Amino acid sequence: MSNIIRRIGQTVVILLGVALLIFIMLRIIPGNAIVTMMGEHANAEAIERMTAELGLDQPFYVQFWRYITGVFSGDLGTSYSLNRPVGELIATSFPNTARLAIAAALFAWVLGIVCGIIAAVRKNGILDHLFMGVSLLGVSVPVFMVAMVLQYLLAYKLDLFPISSGNAGAIGYVLPAIALGWNSAGSIARLTRSTLAEVLQEDYIDTARAKGLRRLPVITRHALRNAVLPVITMMAVQLSSLLSGAVICETVFSINGIGRLAVQAIEGRDIPLLQGTILFSTALVILGNLVADCLYSLLDPRIRKEV
Amino acid sequence: MEKTTLNVEHLCASFFTDHGEIRAVNDVSFQVPKRSIIGIVGESGCGKSMTARSIMRLIKYPGKIVSGSISLVGKELTALSETEMSNVRGEEISLIFQEPMTSLNPVMKVGKQVREVVLLHRRVTKKEAKAEVLRMFEKVGISEPEKRYECYPHELSGGLRQRVMIAMAMICRPKLLIADEPTTALDVTVEAQILELMKNLRDEIGTSIILISHNLGVVAELCDYVHVMYAGRIVEQAETFELFDHPRHPYTVGLMNARASLEQQQTVLDTIPGTVPNLAALPEGCSFAPRCAQCGGRCHECVPELTEVLPGHFVRCHLAQQGV
Ligand SMILES: Nc1ncnc2c1ncn2[C@@H]1O[C@H](COP(=O)(O)OP(=O)(O)OP(=O)(O)O)[C@@H](O)[C@H]1O
Ligand code: SF4
Ligand SMILES: [Mg+2]
Repeated sequence: MSNIIRRIGQTVVILLGVALLIFIMLRIIPGNAIVTMMGEHANAEAIERMTAELGLDQPFYVQFWRYITGVFSGDLGTSYSLNRPVGELIATSFPNTARLAIAAALFAWVLGIVCGIIAAVRKNGILDHLFMGVSLLGVSVPVFMVAMVLQYLLAYKLDLFPISSGNAGAIGYVLPAIALGWNSAGSIARLTRSTLAEVLQEDYIDTARAKGLRRLPVITRHALRNAVLPVITMMAVQLSSLLSGAVICETVFSINGIGRLAVQAIEGRDIPLLQGTILFSTALVILGNLVADCLYSLLDPRIRKEV
Repeated sequence: MEKTTLNVEHLCASFFTDHGEIRAVNDVSFQVPKRSIIGIVGESGCGKSMTARSIMRLIKYPGKIVSGSISLVGKELTALSETEMSNVRGEEISLIFQEPMTSLNPVMKVGKQVREVVLLHRRVTKKEAKAEVLRMFEKVGISEPEKRYECYPHELSGGLRQRVMIAMAMICRPKLLIADEPTTALDVTVEAQILELMKNLRDEIGTSIILISHNLGVVAELCDYVHVMYAGRIVEQAETFELFDHPRHPYTVGLMNARASLEQQQTVLDTIPGTVPNLAALPEGCSFAPRCAQCGGRCHECVPELTEVLPGHFVRCHLAQQGV
């Protein structure tokens, strides 16, 4: 158990570090948020008053301390541009991102794992070459291209899906999920194939065959169990990064998620909001990695004991 | 009642690589009489494992059985469908591999791995199967079977893992057990225990055994009949005592001398001068000719036939045949 506790400790430290980093970065980038917020022609006195009100005249470490204690009590500050608590804005956007992320993950995993298994079992066969060729496209073509091609062909030309997904219900998530999941599907397929192909060479696979097991149960009962460990780890990491928001995909398909919120924050020079969304997204990714590590320890009997 | 458990005739098996065909098993014939232990010895790469895998029909890609017949108590194995063959594996023939460290699935409890064989071939409940496994664990000398049942392979020593493998192989009381260098990875005391165990199981269950080994000492101790392989062919076969007392083939003699020259313990067979020939480019005539001190004129011209020089004693050598 001590191992997991140590990992959690590390994660907390990393999160604090990241928060500090984000805090610093947003204060050294040019552009005065107060000016943007109050308009170019606001008088100097008003700007000063506002600055004091927001605590921006305080020393840096005081500002950071206030911010961090706020975060731990659930207060992420107030958005300048939307004039609402940042926490509340994230909470309303997150479900949209979550729906998109889960749809994309399901698409990526089912497709990636099935193709990966077939490719490994038929290694060097036609299907293997086909799947691996396509998956190479999957990992190398950027999301915006897939998104725009899908939108143009299937939504605009053929009118099979809504162009904008915002209020379209479940069907609206089909194209964004494919566009967003495309990369992940490629990586999962490649990882599944390589780990499974390696496992199929192991001696214990011969043992399983020598017992009298047929091909399929050898794969499902013996090979996959050994091959899934790295795949599950990758899945945890992927899910957390999908959940942390997809700026491009959400923008192309007009989904009001975390990614779009971050874009709005940038456009409005809305530092509390930007800080909140970045912190939220980064925290998700870091936690995803923590979960992946813990999963690995829990699933592999060889390291479970030491954990 | 059939007297032989297994009858292999003119078995040829090859790997089909980019550089051409590699004949790893070349016209191999032998019998395994009921309740006997027969040995197959030879240097690394001579085709011992390939012979074992051919019998199980578990040859690794790109290998294949090319021709010949393998018959288990009258059943022709080469003619079975893949499904029929999988019913034979584990039930009628079992195979123990060389490496107990890697032959068990690392993420599955060993008890369950053995139970799986029972559930596969017997109509029993999981509970009955488990009871069967625990009895078998006891029989192969695994202490505290209940506790070991719940262990993962990495929690057991090499000797214990090999006992688990033997339990797995024997639990369905197969007609034939093929042990491919079952003790090579183990230390000498454990080796002796494992060999003793296999002998006892033969006596108790009546399984015939093919024991594959580098080690002449192991073979001498356990086997009724010995087959010496060289470069894919059987070069000499005889009853154990006959072979050890009157080896006829220069290769066998070389093996014996190599063994005698080493001190009892590590009897590895790699001290004959010269190297194992490349199977893809065998010399014309006798494959052993390049390393043979007695090599004569005919030896380079034609491959010697496996000929019976005494009742039950076969040799593949021009010289030995003349000497009759
Ligand atoms: N995948 C392969 N491709 C080509 N040739 C192979 C392959 N696997 C084995 N061989 C060849 O087949 C021959 C027989 O191999 P086999 O494993 O039966 O030898 P062995 O007698 O069991 O040796 P060892 O004592 O080292 O286990 C070897 O000479 C090897 O070169
Ligand atoms: S046939 Fe000739 S070369 Fe071959 S083993 Fe006999 S004597 Fe030696
Ligand atoms: Mg071998």
